[in-house]
Amino acid sequence: MSMNRGGRPTSAAGSSNIGHPTFTGNKALQIEEPLIFEVGNTGKTGVDLPEPDGEEDRLGGLERKEIGLPGLTEPEVMRHYVRLSQKNFAIDAGVYPLGSCTMKHNARLNEKMARLPGIGDIHPLQPESTVQGALELMSTLAAWLLEMTGMAGVALSPKAGAHGEFCGMAAIKTAQLAKGDARSVVLVPESAHGTNPATASLLGYSVRDVAAREDGTVSPEAVREALGPDVAGIMLTNPNTCGLFERDIIEIADAVHEAGAYFYCDGANFNAIVGKARPGDLGVDCMHINLHKTFSTPHGGGGPGSGPVVFSEALAPFAPVPYVVRDGDVFSLVETVEAAEGMKPFGRQTAFHGQMGMFVRALAYMMSHGSDGMRQASEDAVLNANYVRAGLRDIMTQPFGDQICMHEVLFDDTFLKDTGVTTLDFAKAMIDEGFHPMTMYFPLVVHGAMLIEPTESESKASLDQFIAALRDLTQAAKEGDTERLTGAPYYAPMARLDETRAARQPILRWSPDRPAEAAE
Amino acid sequence: MRYLPLSDADRKAMLSSVGVGSIDDLFADIPEEVRLTELIDLPRKAGEMDVERQLGAMAAKNTAASAVPFFVGCGAYKHHIPASVDHLIQRSEFLTAYTPYQPEVSQGTLQYLFEFQTQVALLTGMEVANASMYDGSTGCGEAVLMAHRVTRRSKAVLSGGLHPQYRDVVHTLCRLTEEPVETLPPDPTGSEDIIAAIDEDTACVVVQTPDVFGRIRDLAPIAAAAHEKGALLVAVVTEIVSLGALKPPGEMGADIVVAEGQSIGVGLSFGGPYVGLLATREKYIRQMPGRVCGETVDADGKRGFVLTLSTREQHIRREKATSNICTNSGLCALAFTIHLSLLGEAGLMRLARINHENAIALADALESVDGVELLTTAFFNEFTIRVPGKAADILESLVEKGVLGGVPASRLAPDQDGLEDLIIVAATEVNTAEDRHAYAKALKEVLS
Repeated sequence: MSMNRGGRPTSAAGSSNIGHPTFTGNKALQIEEPLIFEVGNTGKTGVDLPEPDGEEDRLGGLERKEIGLPGLTEPEVMRHYVRLSQKNFAIDAGVYPLGSCTMKHNARLNEKMARLPGIGDIHPLQPESTVQGALELMSTLAAWLLEMTGMAGVALSPKAGAHGEFCGMAAIKTAQLAKGDARSVVLVPESAHGTNPATASLLGYSVRDVAAREDGTVSPEAVREALGPDVAGIMLTNPNTCGLFERDIIEIADAVHEAGAYFYCDGANFNAIVGKARPGDLGVDCMHINLHKTFSTPHGGGGPGSGPVVFSEALAPFAPVPYVVRDGDVFSLVETVEAAEGMKPFGRQTAFHGQMGMFVRALAYMMSHGSDGMRQASEDAVLNANYVRAGLRDIMTQPFGDQICMHEVLFDDTFLKDTGVTTLDFAKAMIDEGFHPMTMYFPLVVHGAMLIEPTESESKASLDQFIAALRDLTQAAKEGDTERLTGAPYYAPMARLDETRAARQPILRWSPDRPAEAAE
Repeated sequence: MRYLPLSDADRKAMLSSVGVGSIDDLFADIPEEVRLTELIDLPRKAGEMDVERQLGAMAAKNTAASAVPFFVGCGAYKHHIPASVDHLIQRSEFLTAYTPYQPEVSQGTLQYLFEFQTQVALLTGMEVANASMYDGSTGCGEAVLMAHRVTRRSKAVLSGGLHPQYRDVVHTLCRLTEEPVETLPPDPTGSEDIIAAIDEDTACVVVQTPDVFGRIRDLAPIAAAAHEKGALLVAVVTEIVSLGALKPPGEMGADIVVAEGQSIGVGLSFGGPYVGLLATREKYIRQMPGRVCGETVDADGKRGFVLTLSTREQHIRREKATSNICTNSGLCALAFTIHLSLLGEAGLMRLARINHENAIALADALESVDGVELLTTAFFNEFTIRVPGKAADILESLVEKGVLGGVPASRLAPDQDGLEDLIIVAATEVNTAEDRHAYAKALKEVLS
């Protein structure tokens, strides 16, 4: 059907960035939004509650007179948060190729399942007879994780990846102490996530770096050289943070075990190999699994996560409480170390039982995909990353040469040399093109690192556009059209922010004594 | 498969662009002897209906809190959550974003974190707060480690009124980090003399208020005694709604406040995810764990927000970081801040007042049952009763009468004597007069 345009011009008179400043400071859908403290007041509320009876209190003379918290009515609250939301990039809006973070699609079925009254509205300390289905769910999740990883035991309670790292390393420390074999050093490759050395250090270990060889992986020789009677274990990410599978992993595991040490695998990148290989077959003693990465529980702006840890036979007895046991059709919780018959738990890491809301989402993901769908997801994730690599390898540079990668592909900034453009500029220019930047400057061992993880959720068409855009930006940088990059982003809700100022003069809260500078 | 956009034709074309013959070529680095050739022995893919059926069946076996007269607390509380909260946190832009590493396209997350930090500071009576912890218990552990860093001393003194699972978290952490902890025995009657336990080696004293038995504690004398010995007071709050009625820890001299924020905006969800709050004095900010959001300006001079003070954090400092923490509890923090923006001071104070009055009415109703003794005199919305018999058995009998009547104190600390006949009972705004009546009636029947 043709449209009567009535003489209305259809070509844009000018691009939106040239436009005049607006009276309000707003830019159409981008609306300036003050802090709630600047618009609400302490007398206003968006919740209608019954009138209290006004009985005499029993607060022991410690009642409160004022708080200083502003309130807003519901329409005002809706507008505030909807406007804020419109300043965020999100997976649902576009390509979000943050390497190592695994920004895959978050299925809404999983949200729905987490909100079933029998899941979302049950209390962790209800009598066990009233939560049999919840314990069954945890037990089912545990069984799926064990089958998938080929391991012997699992602790579901760790709240996030780093919490899981602590869990695994605590089990290692406890197991060694139980043998009277106190050790003081943990081996960590230089490319590891910062949480690895931080965790080892928290547990009182000193960290010994293991350098990677030229191809970006760890060599068994380097590990053997670093091993000794003082070494408690190694923390190795596999696939590693350069997006490569540690092909000598079995040899490394053997060397570690021969030295009386344990192999902690950082499972942040497990999503690349689900259904393709099992950590249990690779000699891993324990591994955390980020349910918010591999099994797509939503990242939620930085959490909540969930980091169950799977254990080998050797370490399983040391897993923390609580855990679920099954006797026929009856499930129960073991909640204290004293109650853990035949086990030697290292303790408890959190109140209650872990991130149930994440367990159900992850299980919904697993059930939806099944063993066939999960393997396909791993294959597609790896294929997508290699497709991006193939699309960019002639024009961008890879620190360890052009080799097959797993679920993410790593570039460095060699291709930007002498252009005056940095990795940061390149990332910010991607924002203008409608993409979230990749992970930048990580791993730390690679100069100007750009770690791209497209995940299996991207279609070929979307990757084709992504590749073409990155090629265009690279071309622009090389041809001297650098303002497009060095001044970016031009079209985001904000221009580049001054992070140095934020750190030097920290302003961590609104304060009535220091009215914030009015938004311009 | 409904979540995977690639078609077989796409895959074929893409493999050819990559320059390999088959998908297996991309996995060639996995040693052949461990490469899986068969599918893992788990069920195959399933449609939405099928998954809903399976998980729905498990959910249906549980008793939801809103389905019965419900009085279970001890660190997680059944409160009403306005419908708008759950709607807003499910917006894609919040739900499916990650940590705001790119502030130009993350101002939504960053601004609510800045507002959250301010609300937490106001609520706790402290100067600053971080962008959230995993939950209250892990926050408690982090607070103890933070006190070690601030004071350069190692001993933590834990009140017997601290939630036993929080106590276990701190014990586990300190045992593994080889720092000493002194813990006072559980204290249902309020006779504890924690001041006597503070000495020159004490890094911090950890006191919960209202404590796990529901008793309100005046922290001021404990803070004064701690400060005199150069120690910090870590105040723990597991029912954050109480700060709508009670003098905040900051006004009583606390140096670090850790709290479980679940009661505002976050559902019960069988224990997680929740949201830990951590607030402190400005002079300690560089020793704080976790992410922090700060105000700054952009290149055009416009106010904006960024993650800041990251030189404390593991991704920069690695083994020298203040904590290994990376993830926070972003979406739960969002739920918290939305609900609190709806409540405001007026709403929160009223909500707290209703909780308190409901608890008074319930305490009176239960105390009138023969054989029941009320142990807590000053309380907010939770108190402890002594029953003639084993608390766990009595609560199980109450389940049969359709009432979830509380937590047996011995469940939390089976290793401690003298708790077998104690029930910790919570009341909130969701309880009606009928609920209270049903509880008292059922308890009377069970005890007779």
